[in-house]
Amino acid sequence: MTARRLLCFAFTAASMLAAAAGYAQERFITVSSTTSTEQSGLFGHLLPIFEKASGIKVRVVALGTGQALDLARRGDADVVFVHDKVAEEKFINEGFGVKRQEVMYNDFVVVGPKADPAKAAGRDILEGLRRIEAAKASFVSRGDKSGTHAAELRYWKAAGVDLDKAKGPWYRDTGSGMGPALNTAASMNAYILADRGTWLSFKNRGDLGIVVEGDQKLFNQYGVILVNPAKHAHVKQADGQKFIDWVVSDAGQKAIADYKIGGEQLFFPNAKR
Amino acid sequence: MPELNETLATAWQLVAGADARLADIVLLSLRVSLTATLIACVVGMPIGALLAVGRFPGRRPLIVLFNGLMGLPPVVVGLLVYLLLSRAGPLGQFGLLFTPAAMVIAQAVLVTPIVAALTRQVIADEWTEYREQLRSLGASRTRAAATLLWDGRFSLSTSALAGFGRAIAEVGAVMIVGGNIDGVTRVMTTTIALETSKGDLPLALALGFILITVVLVINAVAYAVRGWAERHWG
Repeated sequence: MTARRLLCFAFTAASMLAAAAGYAQERFITVSSTTSTEQSGLFGHLLPIFEKASGIKVRVVALGTGQALDLARRGDADVVFVHDKVAEEKFINEGFGVKRQEVMYNDFVVVGPKADPAKAAGRDILEGLRRIEAAKASFVSRGDKSGTHAAELRYWKAAGVDLDKAKGPWYRDTGSGMGPALNTAASMNAYILADRGTWLSFKNRGDLGIVVEGDQKLFNQYGVILVNPAKHAHVKQADGQKFIDWVVSDAGQKAIADYKIGGEQLFFPNAKR
Repeated sequence: MPELNETLATAWQLVAGADARLADIVLLSLRVSLTATLIACVVGMPIGALLAVGRFPGRRPLIVLFNGLMGLPPVVVGLLVYLLLSRAGPLGQFGLLFTPAAMVIAQAVLVTPIVAALTRQVIADEWTEYREQLRSLGASRTRAAATLLWDGRFSLSTSALAGFGRAIAEVGAVMIVGGNIDGVTRVMTTTIALETSKGDLPLALALGFILITVVLVINAVAYAVRGWAERHWG
Protein backbone atom coordinates (compact mmCIF):
# COMPACT_ATOMS: atom_id res chain seq x y z
CA MET A 1 0.00 0.00 0.00
CA THR A 2 1.21 3.48 -0.78
CA ALA A 3 1.31 6.14 1.89
CA ARG A 4 -1.59 7.88 0.15
CA ARG A 5 -3.77 4.81 0.28
CA LEU A 6 -2.89 4.29 3.92
CA LEU A 7 -3.92 7.82 4.69
CA CYS A 8 -7.17 7.37 2.77
CA PHE A 9 -7.88 4.18 4.65
CA ALA A 10 -7.24 5.72 8.06
CA PHE A 11 -9.31 8.69 7.05
CA THR A 12 -12.28 6.67 5.84
CA ALA A 13 -12.25 4.50 8.94
CA ALA A 14 -12.20 7.52 11.20
CA SER A 15 -14.95 9.25 9.22
CA MET A 16 -17.15 6.17 9.50
CA LEU A 17 -16.57 6.15 13.22
CA ALA A 18 -17.68 9.75 13.48
CA ALA A 19 -20.73 9.15 11.31
CA ALA A 20 -21.68 6.06 13.28
CA ALA A 21 -21.51 8.04 16.47
CA GLY A 22 -24.10 10.41 15.06
CA TYR A 23 -22.10 13.55 15.68
CA ALA A 24 -22.65 14.78 12.17
CA GLN A 25 -26.41 15.09 12.60
CA GLU A 26 -26.56 17.18 15.75
CA ARG A 27 -27.40 20.87 15.31
CA PHE A 28 -24.55 22.81 16.83
CA ILE A 29 -22.29 25.80 16.51
CA THR A 30 -18.63 26.07 17.51
CA VAL A 31 -17.64 28.99 19.69
CA SER A 32 -14.00 29.80 20.27
CA SER A 33 -13.68 31.52 23.60
CA THR A 34 -11.36 32.13 26.47
CA THR A 35 -10.39 30.02 29.43
CA SER A 36 -11.87 32.66 31.76
CA THR A 37 -15.43 32.09 30.51
CA GLU A 38 -15.08 28.31 30.43
CA GLN A 39 -13.10 27.68 33.61
CA SER A 40 -15.07 30.13 35.72
CA GLY A 41 -18.09 27.94 34.96
CA LEU A 42 -20.02 30.71 33.17
CA PHE A 43 -20.60 28.63 30.03
CA GLY A 44 -21.63 25.65 32.11
CA HIS A 45 -24.40 27.86 33.49
CA LEU A 46 -25.26 29.85 30.36
CA LEU A 47 -25.22 27.32 27.53
CA PRO A 48 -27.82 24.86 28.84
CA ILE A 49 -30.28 27.79 29.10
CA PHE A 50 -29.57 28.80 25.49
CA GLU A 51 -29.67 25.20 24.28
CA LYS A 52 -33.05 24.72 25.87
CA ALA A 53 -34.41 27.92 24.36
CA SER A 54 -33.05 27.36 20.84
CA GLY A 55 -32.35 23.66 20.35
CA ILE A 56 -28.84 24.59 19.21
CA LYS A 57 -25.91 22.95 20.97
CA VAL A 58 -22.90 25.13 21.59
CA ARG A 59 -19.46 23.54 21.45
CA VAL A 60 -16.89 25.66 23.20
CA VAL A 61 -13.18 25.52 22.49
CA ALA A 62 -11.50 27.44 25.30
CA LEU A 63 -8.16 29.09 24.52
CA GLY A 64 -6.42 32.40 25.11
CA THR A 65 -7.98 35.34 23.26
CA GLY A 66 -5.15 35.48 20.70
CA GLN A 67 -5.44 31.79 19.91
CA ALA A 68 -9.24 31.92 19.91
CA LEU A 69 -9.15 34.65 17.24
CA ASP A 70 -6.55 32.74 15.21
CA LEU A 71 -8.74 29.65 15.29
CA ALA A 72 -11.61 31.72 13.89
CA ARG A 73 -9.33 33.24 11.24
CA ARG A 74 -8.74 29.73 9.93
CA GLY A 75 -12.49 29.18 9.84
CA ASP A 76 -12.62 26.66 12.67
CA ALA A 77 -15.27 28.48 14.68
CA ASP A 78 -18.61 30.14 13.94
CA VAL A 79 -18.54 32.68 16.75
CA VAL A 80 -15.78 34.19 18.89
CA PHE A 81 -16.45 35.31 22.46
CA VAL A 82 -13.33 36.99 23.82
CA HIS A 83 -11.94 39.95 25.76
CA ASP A 84 -9.34 42.04 23.99
CA LYS A 85 -10.93 45.02 22.26
CA VAL A 86 -7.81 45.97 20.30
CA ALA A 87 -7.32 42.44 18.93
CA GLU A 88 -11.06 42.09 18.25
CA GLU A 89 -11.16 45.29 16.21
CA LYS A 90 -8.12 44.15 14.26
CA PHE A 91 -9.96 40.88 13.56
CA ILE A 92 -12.96 42.84 12.22
CA ASN A 93 -10.79 45.18 10.15
CA GLU A 94 -9.07 42.23 8.51
CA GLY A 95 -12.51 41.14 7.38
CA PHE A 96 -12.69 37.95 9.47
CA GLY A 97 -15.53 39.14 11.66
CA VAL A 98 -18.89 40.66 10.79
CA LYS A 99 -19.52 42.93 13.75
CA ARG A 100 -18.36 43.20 17.36
CA GLN A 101 -21.00 43.45 20.04
CA GLU A 102 -20.24 44.12 23.67
CA VAL A 103 -21.73 41.55 26.03
CA MET A 104 -20.49 41.93 29.55
CA TYR A 105 -17.51 42.83 31.65
CA ASN A 106 -15.72 41.35 34.59
CA ASP A 107 -12.63 42.65 36.27
CA PHE A 108 -9.02 41.77 36.76
CA VAL A 109 -7.43 41.52 40.17
CA VAL A 110 -3.82 41.37 41.22
CA VAL A 111 -3.34 38.27 43.29
CA GLY A 112 -0.27 37.93 45.46
CA PRO A 113 1.23 36.69 48.72
CA LYS A 114 -0.97 37.58 51.70
CA ALA A 115 2.09 39.02 53.45
CA ASP A 116 2.40 41.46 50.52
CA PRO A 117 6.20 41.93 50.55
CA ALA A 118 6.03 44.62 47.86
CA LYS A 119 3.35 46.61 49.75
CA ALA A 120 1.30 46.68 46.57
CA ALA A 121 -2.12 46.43 48.23
CA GLY A 122 -4.73 49.00 47.37
CA ARG A 123 -7.04 50.11 44.59
CA ASP A 124 -4.50 51.62 42.20
CA ILE A 125 -3.31 49.03 39.68
CA LEU A 126 -0.54 51.22 38.24
CA GLU A 127 0.90 52.11 41.65
CA GLY A 128 0.67 48.45 42.68
CA LEU A 129 2.66 47.33 39.65
CA ARG A 130 5.28 50.03 40.19
CA ARG A 131 5.80 48.79 43.74
CA ILE A 132 6.09 45.17 42.63
CA GLU A 133 8.73 46.20 40.11
CA ALA A 134 10.57 48.40 42.60
CA ALA A 135 10.70 45.56 45.12
CA LYS A 136 11.61 43.05 42.37
CA ALA A 137 8.98 40.84 43.94
CA SER A 138 8.26 37.66 41.97
CA PHE A 139 5.63 38.22 39.30
CA VAL A 140 4.14 35.54 37.05
CA SER A 141 3.05 36.58 33.57
CA ARG A 142 0.78 34.56 31.28
CA GLY A 143 3.01 35.37 28.32
CA ASP A 144 0.62 33.60 25.92
CA LYS A 145 -0.90 36.47 23.89
CA SER A 146 -4.17 36.02 25.74
CA GLY A 147 -6.48 38.92 26.56
CA THR A 148 -5.21 38.91 30.13
CA HIS A 149 -1.61 38.98 28.93
CA ALA A 150 -2.39 41.90 26.59
CA ALA A 151 -4.03 43.76 29.49
CA GLU A 152 -1.06 43.10 31.76
CA LEU A 153 1.34 44.53 29.18
CA ARG A 154 -0.89 47.63 28.82
CA TYR A 155 -0.87 48.19 32.59
CA TRP A 156 2.91 47.93 32.80
CA LYS A 157 3.22 50.44 29.99
CA ALA A 158 0.73 52.82 31.61
CA ALA A 159 2.60 52.46 34.90
CA GLY A 160 5.71 53.69 33.15
CA VAL A 161 7.60 50.43 33.60
CA ASP A 162 9.66 49.43 30.59
CA LEU A 163 9.49 45.66 30.85
CA ASP A 164 12.27 45.10 28.32
CA LYS A 165 14.64 46.87 30.67
CA ALA A 166 13.08 45.91 33.99
CA LYS A 167 12.69 42.20 33.22
CA GLY A 168 14.81 40.02 35.44
CA PRO A 169 14.56 36.79 37.39
CA TRP A 170 11.64 38.35 39.30
CA TYR A 171 9.47 38.41 36.15
CA ARG A 172 8.43 34.90 35.07
CA ASP A 173 7.06 34.59 31.58
CA THR A 174 5.25 31.25 31.77
CA GLY A 175 3.53 31.01 28.39
CA SER A 176 0.55 29.24 29.91
CA GLY A 177 -3.17 29.57 30.50
CA MET A 178 -4.74 31.33 33.49
CA GLY A 179 -5.03 28.20 35.63
CA PRO A 180 -1.51 26.84 35.04
CA ALA A 181 -0.11 30.36 35.60
CA LEU A 182 -2.01 30.56 38.91
CA ASN A 183 -0.61 27.16 39.88
CA THR A 184 2.88 28.52 39.18
CA ALA A 185 2.21 31.70 41.15
CA ALA A 186 0.85 29.69 44.08
CA SER A 187 3.92 27.50 44.25
CA MET A 188 6.32 30.46 43.87
CA ASN A 189 4.29 32.72 46.16
CA ALA A 190 4.35 35.34 43.41
CA TYR A 191 2.13 38.20 42.25
CA ILE A 192 -0.02 37.68 39.16
CA LEU A 193 -2.74 39.44 37.22
CA ALA A 194 -5.84 37.24 37.01
CA ASP A 195 -9.46 37.59 36.02
CA ARG A 196 -11.73 37.44 39.02
CA GLY A 197 -13.81 34.54 37.70
CA THR A 198 -10.91 32.16 37.30
CA TRP A 199 -9.48 33.23 40.64
CA LEU A 200 -12.78 32.61 42.45
CA SER A 201 -13.15 29.15 41.00
CA PHE A 202 -9.46 28.33 41.47
CA LYS A 203 -8.78 25.90 44.28
CA ASN A 204 -5.02 25.54 44.66
CA ARG A 205 -4.52 29.00 46.14
CA GLY A 206 -1.63 28.30 48.48
CA ASP A 207 -0.85 31.46 50.42
CA LEU A 208 -2.22 33.85 47.80
CA GLY A 209 -4.99 36.40 48.14
CA ILE A 210 -6.33 39.43 46.30
CA VAL A 211 -3.95 42.38 46.61
CA VAL A 212 -5.26 44.99 44.18
CA GLU A 213 -8.91 45.30 43.12
CA GLY A 214 -11.60 47.83 42.30
CA ASP A 215 -9.65 50.13 39.97
CA GLN A 216 -11.80 51.35 37.06
CA LYS A 217 -8.90 50.47 34.76
CA LEU A 218 -9.22 46.82 35.74
CA PHE A 219 -12.57 46.42 34.01
CA ASN A 220 -12.37 43.85 31.28
CA GLN A 221 -14.86 44.05 28.43
CA TYR A 222 -16.05 40.94 26.58
CA GLY A 223 -17.19 41.06 23.00
CA VAL A 224 -18.92 38.57 20.72
CA ILE A 225 -18.34 38.38 16.97
CA LEU A 226 -19.82 36.28 14.16
CA VAL A 227 -17.11 34.91 11.90
CA ASN A 228 -17.54 36.40 8.43
CA PRO A 229 -19.32 33.94 6.09
CA ALA A 230 -17.81 35.88 3.18
CA LYS A 231 -14.38 34.59 4.29
CA HIS A 232 -15.50 31.12 5.30
CA ALA A 233 -18.59 29.91 3.47
CA HIS A 234 -19.30 27.04 5.88
CA VAL A 235 -19.84 29.36 8.87
CA LYS A 236 -23.23 28.64 10.43
CA GLN A 237 -24.44 32.17 10.00
CA ALA A 238 -28.07 31.79 11.07
CA ASP A 239 -27.43 29.69 14.17
CA GLY A 240 -24.36 31.70 15.13
CA GLN A 241 -26.33 34.91 14.88
CA LYS A 242 -29.10 33.35 17.00
CA PHE A 243 -26.57 32.73 19.74
CA ILE A 244 -25.24 36.29 19.54
CA ASP A 245 -28.76 37.75 19.54
CA TRP A 246 -29.58 35.66 22.58
CA VAL A 247 -26.56 36.62 24.72
CA VAL A 248 -27.27 40.32 24.18
CA SER A 249 -31.04 39.86 24.71
CA ASP A 250 -32.75 40.45 28.06
CA ALA A 251 -32.90 36.71 28.69
CA GLY A 252 -29.21 36.20 27.93
CA GLN A 253 -28.11 39.22 29.92
CA LYS A 254 -30.16 38.11 32.91
CA ALA A 255 -28.64 34.63 32.72
CA ILE A 256 -25.15 36.18 32.80
CA ALA A 257 -26.02 38.35 35.82
CA ASP A 258 -27.50 35.34 37.61
CA TYR A 259 -24.23 33.41 37.57
CA LYS A 260 -22.57 33.52 40.97
CA ILE A 261 -19.83 31.68 42.83
CA GLY A 262 -20.17 31.76 46.60
CA GLY A 263 -22.81 34.49 46.29
CA GLU A 264 -20.49 36.71 44.26
CA GLN A 265 -21.50 37.86 40.79
CA LEU A 266 -18.69 37.29 38.27
CA PHE A 267 -19.81 38.91 35.04
CA PHE A 268 -21.74 42.14 34.61
CA PRO A 269 -23.93 42.29 31.49
CA ASN A 270 -23.66 45.58 29.57
CA ALA A 271 -24.80 44.88 26.00
CA LYS A 272 -25.87 47.95 24.08
CA ARG A 273 -28.97 47.58 21.95
CA MET B 1 1.50 14.92 50.62
CA PRO B 2 -1.65 15.73 52.58
CA GLU B 3 -3.60 15.66 49.30
CA LEU B 4 -3.20 11.92 48.98
CA ASN B 5 -6.03 10.97 51.32
CA GLU B 6 -8.32 13.49 49.73
CA THR B 7 -7.32 12.20 46.31
CA LEU B 8 -8.09 8.61 47.17
CA ALA B 9 -11.40 9.62 48.74
CA THR B 10 -12.32 11.64 45.64
CA ALA B 11 -11.36 8.78 43.35
CA TRP B 12 -13.46 6.38 45.37
CA GLN B 13 -16.46 8.74 45.38
CA LEU B 14 -16.23 9.13 41.61
CA VAL B 15 -16.15 5.39 41.04
CA ALA B 16 -18.65 4.41 43.75
CA GLY B 17 -21.04 7.18 42.71
CA ALA B 18 -20.99 5.76 39.15
CA ASP B 19 -20.76 9.34 37.92
CA ALA B 20 -22.48 9.30 34.51
CA ARG B 21 -20.34 12.08 33.03
CA LEU B 22 -17.18 10.34 34.17
CA ALA B 23 -18.39 7.11 32.56
CA ASP B 24 -18.96 8.96 29.26
CA ILE B 25 -15.47 10.42 29.42
CA VAL B 26 -13.87 7.05 30.16
CA LEU B 27 -15.84 5.38 27.36
CA LEU B 28 -14.89 8.07 24.87
CA SER B 29 -11.23 7.71 25.85
CA LEU B 30 -11.42 3.97 25.28
CA ARG B 31 -13.34 4.26 22.03
CA VAL B 32 -10.93 6.79 20.55
CA SER B 33 -7.72 5.09 21.67
CA LEU B 34 -8.84 1.54 20.84
CA THR B 35 -9.96 2.59 17.37
CA ALA B 36 -6.69 4.43 16.81
CA THR B 37 -4.72 1.39 17.98
CA LEU B 38 -6.74 -0.88 15.69
CA ILE B 39 -6.00 1.34 12.69
CA ALA B 40 -2.34 1.54 13.73
CA CYS B 41 -2.14 -2.28 13.88
CA VAL B 42 -3.80 -2.79 10.50
CA VAL B 43 -1.39 -0.31 8.94
CA GLY B 44 1.69 -0.70 11.10
CA MET B 45 2.00 -4.49 11.44
CA PRO B 46 2.30 -5.23 7.69
CA ILE B 47 4.78 -2.35 7.39
CA GLY B 48 6.81 -3.75 10.28
CA ALA B 49 6.79 -7.28 8.82
CA LEU B 50 7.85 -6.08 5.37
CA LEU B 51 10.64 -4.03 6.90
CA ALA B 52 11.83 -7.16 8.72
CA VAL B 53 11.87 -9.63 5.82
CA GLY B 54 11.94 -7.38 2.78
CA ARG B 55 14.95 -6.49 0.66
CA PHE B 56 14.48 -3.23 -1.13
CA PRO B 57 16.46 -0.02 -1.51
CA GLY B 58 15.97 2.39 1.37
CA ARG B 59 15.01 -0.33 3.82
CA ARG B 60 17.59 0.61 6.44
CA PRO B 61 16.78 4.32 6.41
CA LEU B 62 13.10 3.37 6.72
CA ILE B 63 13.83 1.21 9.77
CA VAL B 64 15.69 4.10 11.37
CA LEU B 65 12.85 6.41 10.41
CA PHE B 66 10.17 4.26 12.06
CA ASN B 67 12.32 3.73 15.16
CA GLY B 68 12.82 7.48 15.36
CA LEU B 69 9.13 8.23 14.84
CA MET B 70 8.35 6.26 18.00
CA GLY B 71 9.46 9.45 19.71
CA LEU B 72 7.02 11.69 17.80
CA PRO B 73 5.93 14.47 20.14
CA PRO B 74 2.12 14.35 20.51
CA VAL B 75 1.76 18.13 20.25
CA VAL B 76 3.53 18.09 16.91
CA VAL B 77 1.23 15.37 15.61
CA GLY B 78 -1.70 17.33 17.00
CA LEU B 79 -0.57 20.46 15.24
CA LEU B 80 -0.01 18.68 11.91
CA VAL B 81 -3.40 16.97 12.02
CA TYR B 82 -4.97 20.25 13.09
CA LEU B 83 -3.50 22.04 10.08
CA LEU B 84 -4.70 19.21 7.79
CA LEU B 85 -8.25 19.16 9.19
CA SER B 86 -8.67 22.88 9.79
CA ARG B 87 -11.18 24.57 7.47
CA ALA B 88 -8.27 26.41 5.90
CA GLY B 89 -6.38 23.11 5.48
CA PRO B 90 -6.42 20.51 2.66
CA LEU B 91 -8.99 18.23 4.34
CA GLY B 92 -11.02 21.08 5.81
CA GLN B 93 -14.17 20.48 3.80
CA PHE B 94 -14.94 17.31 5.77
CA GLY B 95 -15.49 19.34 8.93
CA LEU B 96 -13.74 16.77 11.09
CA LEU B 97 -11.90 19.14 13.39
CA PHE B 98 -13.07 18.99 17.01
CA THR B 99 -14.70 15.57 16.56
CA PRO B 100 -13.68 12.19 18.00
CA ALA B 101 -12.72 11.20 14.44
CA ALA B 102 -10.02 13.87 14.43
CA MET B 103 -8.70 12.47 17.68
CA VAL B 104 -8.64 8.97 16.24
CA ILE B 105 -6.65 10.19 13.23
CA ALA B 106 -4.11 12.02 15.40
CA GLN B 107 -3.60 9.07 17.72
CA ALA B 108 -3.38 6.61 14.81
CA VAL B 109 -0.60 8.73 13.31
CA LEU B 110 1.14 8.83 16.67
CA VAL B 111 0.86 5.10 17.33
CA THR B 112 1.48 3.57 13.89
CA PRO B 113 5.28 4.01 14.02
CA ILE B 114 5.38 2.40 17.47
CA VAL B 115 3.43 -0.64 16.30
CA ALA B 116 5.47 -0.84 13.08
CA ALA B 117 8.85 -0.57 14.80
CA LEU B 118 8.03 -3.09 17.54
CA THR B 119 6.51 -5.47 15.00
CA ARG B 120 9.63 -5.24 12.89
CA GLN B 121 11.76 -6.32 15.85
CA VAL B 122 9.54 -9.30 16.68
CA ILE B 123 9.35 -10.44 13.05
CA ALA B 124 13.07 -9.88 12.46
CA ASP B 125 13.87 -12.29 15.32
CA GLU B 126 11.50 -14.89 13.93
CA TRP B 127 12.90 -14.37 10.45
CA THR B 128 16.41 -15.24 11.61
CA GLU B 129 15.04 -18.42 13.12
CA TYR B 130 12.74 -19.62 10.32
CA ARG B 131 14.41 -18.08 7.30
CA GLU B 132 15.89 -21.30 5.86
CA GLN B 133 12.75 -23.27 6.53
CA LEU B 134 10.48 -20.75 4.82
CA ARG B 135 12.85 -20.47 1.89
CA SER B 136 13.05 -24.22 1.41
CA LEU B 137 9.24 -24.21 1.19
CA GLY B 138 9.59 -21.69 -1.61
CA ALA B 139 7.70 -18.90 0.16
CA SER B 140 8.00 -15.42 -1.34
CA ARG B 141 9.03 -12.62 1.00
CA THR B 142 5.50 -11.22 1.16
CA ARG B 143 4.19 -14.70 1.91
CA ALA B 144 6.89 -15.14 4.54
CA ALA B 145 5.97 -11.82 6.14
CA ALA B 146 2.32 -12.86 6.35
CA THR B 147 3.22 -16.27 7.79
CA LEU B 148 5.51 -14.79 10.41
CA LEU B 149 2.89 -12.19 11.38
CA TRP B 150 0.39 -14.98 12.01
CA ASP B 151 2.99 -17.08 13.74
CA GLY B 152 4.05 -14.25 16.00
CA ARG B 153 0.53 -13.05 16.82
CA PHE B 154 0.87 -13.65 20.54
CA SER B 155 4.14 -11.74 20.84
CA LEU B 156 2.70 -9.00 18.65
CA SER B 157 -0.08 -8.35 21.14
CA THR B 158 2.58 -6.56 23.19
CA SER B 159 3.25 -4.20 20.28
CA ALA B 160 -0.45 -3.42 20.13
CA LEU B 161 -0.60 -2.83 23.90
CA ALA B 162 2.41 -0.53 23.73
CA GLY B 163 0.63 1.44 21.02
CA PHE B 164 -2.57 1.54 23.02
CA GLY B 165 -0.66 2.70 26.11
CA ARG B 166 0.79 5.59 24.17
CA ALA B 167 -2.60 6.53 22.69
CA ILE B 168 -4.60 6.50 25.92
CA ALA B 169 -1.90 8.38 27.84
CA GLU B 170 -1.23 11.27 25.49
CA VAL B 171 -2.85 14.65 25.95
CA GLY B 172 -1.02 16.96 23.54
CA ALA B 173 -2.57 15.75 20.30
CA VAL B 174 -6.17 15.21 21.41
CA MET B 175 -6.21 18.58 23.15
CA ILE B 176 -5.39 20.37 19.89
CA VAL B 177 -7.50 18.42 17.41
CA GLY B 178 -10.35 17.64 19.81
CA GLY B 179 -10.53 21.00 21.57
CA ASN B 180 -11.54 19.41 24.89
CA ILE B 181 -15.21 20.21 24.22
CA ASP B 182 -17.45 19.21 27.11
CA GLY B 183 -19.53 16.18 26.21
CA VAL B 184 -18.09 15.87 22.71
CA THR B 185 -14.31 15.51 22.74
CA ARG B 186 -13.41 15.57 26.42
CA VAL B 187 -11.36 12.48 27.32
CA MET B 188 -9.56 11.36 30.47
CA THR B 189 -6.26 13.10 29.82
CA THR B 190 -7.78 16.42 28.73
CA THR B 191 -10.06 16.34 31.77
CA ILE B 192 -7.03 15.83 34.00
CA ALA B 193 -5.26 18.75 32.32
CA LEU B 194 -8.38 20.91 32.75
CA GLU B 195 -8.84 20.10 36.44
CA THR B 196 -5.13 20.75 37.02
CA SER B 197 -5.47 24.18 35.46
CA LYS B 198 -8.48 24.86 37.67
CA GLY B 199 -6.23 24.13 40.61
CA ASP B 200 -8.32 21.14 41.70
CA LEU B 201 -5.30 18.91 42.16
CA PRO B 202 -6.99 16.16 44.22
CA LEU B 203 -9.70 15.71 41.56
CA ALA B 204 -7.08 15.75 38.79
CA LEU B 205 -5.04 13.11 40.57
CA ALA B 206 -8.13 11.04 41.34
CA LEU B 207 -8.96 11.00 37.62
CA GLY B 208 -5.34 10.00 37.01
CA PHE B 209 -5.74 6.99 39.30
CA ILE B 210 -8.89 5.97 37.49
CA LEU B 211 -7.10 6.25 34.13
CA ILE B 212 -4.21 4.11 35.33
CA THR B 213 -6.64 1.55 36.72
CA VAL B 214 -8.52 1.36 33.42
CA VAL B 215 -5.25 0.83 31.55
CA LEU B 216 -4.17 -1.86 34.01
CA VAL B 217 -7.48 -3.70 33.66
CA ILE B 218 -7.18 -3.66 29.87
CA ASN B 219 -3.65 -5.02 30.08
CA ALA B 220 -4.72 -7.72 32.53
CA VAL B 221 -7.56 -8.76 30.24
CA ALA B 222 -5.20 -8.82 27.25
CA TYR B 223 -2.72 -10.92 29.20
CA ALA B 224 -5.37 -13.39 30.28
CA VAL B 225 -6.80 -13.67 26.77
CA ARG B 226 -3.33 -14.23 25.37
CA GLY B 227 -2.58 -16.98 27.87
CA TRP B 228 -5.91 -18.68 27.20
CA ALA B 229 -5.51 -18.38 23.42
CA GLU B 230 -1.96 -19.74 23.55
CA ARG B 231 -3.14 -22.80 25.44
CA HIS B 232 -5.96 -23.46 23.02
CA TRP B 233 -4.49 -22.50 19.67
CA GLY B 234 -0.83 -21.94 20.43
